[in-house]
Amino acid sequence: MAIISNAVTIADAGAFSASLGSLTLIKTITLSSAAGTVSFVHGASSVVLDSTYPVYKFVYTSVHPAEEGAIFQVGFRDGSTAYDATKTTTNFEPIANEGDSSAEIAYQPAQDLAQGTGFQTLIRNNGNGNDECGSGEMYLFNPSSTTFVKHFIARGCGHHQSDYTTSSFVAGYCNVTAAIDAVQFKFHSDNIDAGTFKLYGIKDS
Amino acid sequence: MGVISNGTTLLDAGALDAGIATGEMTLITSTTLSSAAANITFNSGISSTYNTYVFKFMDIHPATDDSKLLVNFRDGSTAYDATKTTNFFRAQHRENGTNGNIAYRTDDDLAQSTGAQPLTMDIGNANDESANGSLILYNPSNTTFVKHFAAESNCVYSGDYSMNAYIGGYINVTAAIDGVQFTMEGGTNIDAGTIKMYGIK
Repeated sequence: MAIISNAVTIADAGAFSASLGSLTLIKTITLSSAAGTVSFVHGASSVVLDSTYPVYKFVYTSVHPAEEGAIFQVGFRDGSTAYDATKTTTNFEPIANEGDSSAEIAYQPAQDLAQGTGFQTLIRNNGNGNDECGSGEMYLFNPSSTTFVKHFIARGCGHHQSDYTTSSFVAGYCNVTAAIDAVQFKFHSDNIDAGTFKLYGIKDS
Repeated sequence: MGVISNGTTLLDAGALDAGIATGEMTLITSTTLSSAAANITFNSGISSTYNTYVFKFMDIHPATDDSKLLVNFRDGSTAYDATKTTNFFRAQHRENGTNGNIAYRTDDDLAQSTGAQPLTMDIGNANDESANGSLILYNPSNTTFVKHFAAESNCVYSGDYSMNAYIGGYINVTAAIDGVQFTMEGGTNIDAGTIKMYGIK
């Protein structure tokens, strides 16, 4: 049965015809206990990460490391079971400390990759004091393309272990033509103690 | 009465079925000034209902030339004075093709300050000059961790520059943030503008 109002079809064939918004929440992972990694794998646990959406958005909030100074990172899977897709990236940061004695913007050559298969830094040197955490978001463009490299752009807000605010601007591309079908977040050492991770799909029509 | 189409329940009992994918960005409230005002304040609707809040500020026109749009946060009292540590950098380019550069702005960051945080550079107040941008506030109702925020804006600087500002920081309190207030530098009025608050599930 179709629902038609004022000659406009609102719903038909088991689906709404009217727009219900272009940002769709696909999956939320809130850690109830410490974990080594948080992964979004296409086809597992209701995760969609394929050609359904042209753009995917990840939002991570109140991510707290088990280890003082841990680096929050991301990796991409491109066909195997490993999160080792080759990447070339950029990373720059404005920082300022609570003591008002240090503030600058600088490129971070130790936090970028040049055809590296390792994980990419999203927020560096996070403090693990009880109230310290990091938050941010990352866009992944057209992960299912098998023609082009896959670009990603991230911006993170960190509480540096030395009581700085850090804003990490990260961008780059997975230099592979294989589809990216999974994304994994972790700290470079030890566990993610707490945090919420959300995956959204953004429609293009 | 439920509505079932092609064997799929679309809505029932006054709500969409849980299986229906809906948009996750919800407009909570919108304020458009009909006359100049000292502030635009959002003091309700910020809670644990949403994980992330986004504020879009559009066509902000200052009453006074060379004024920055500011933001501050309420953390339990009636005052908008939550302690913050922030960073601020901007890119600029003048209409005559000169002065293109990027720089950190120590005048516009905060170090454990309760004062308001600039979201823009100095906005001109000629008739067609204004600022636009957005502010993201993460997990404001959390009572364990500090609260991070990030913003980006672009404005017509009073000297006829395009000024693109990036701001980040944390509200260094564990109390929940339940109010957000936008003002102009120096306590002058916001002459015109629209600010919308969205919740992201």
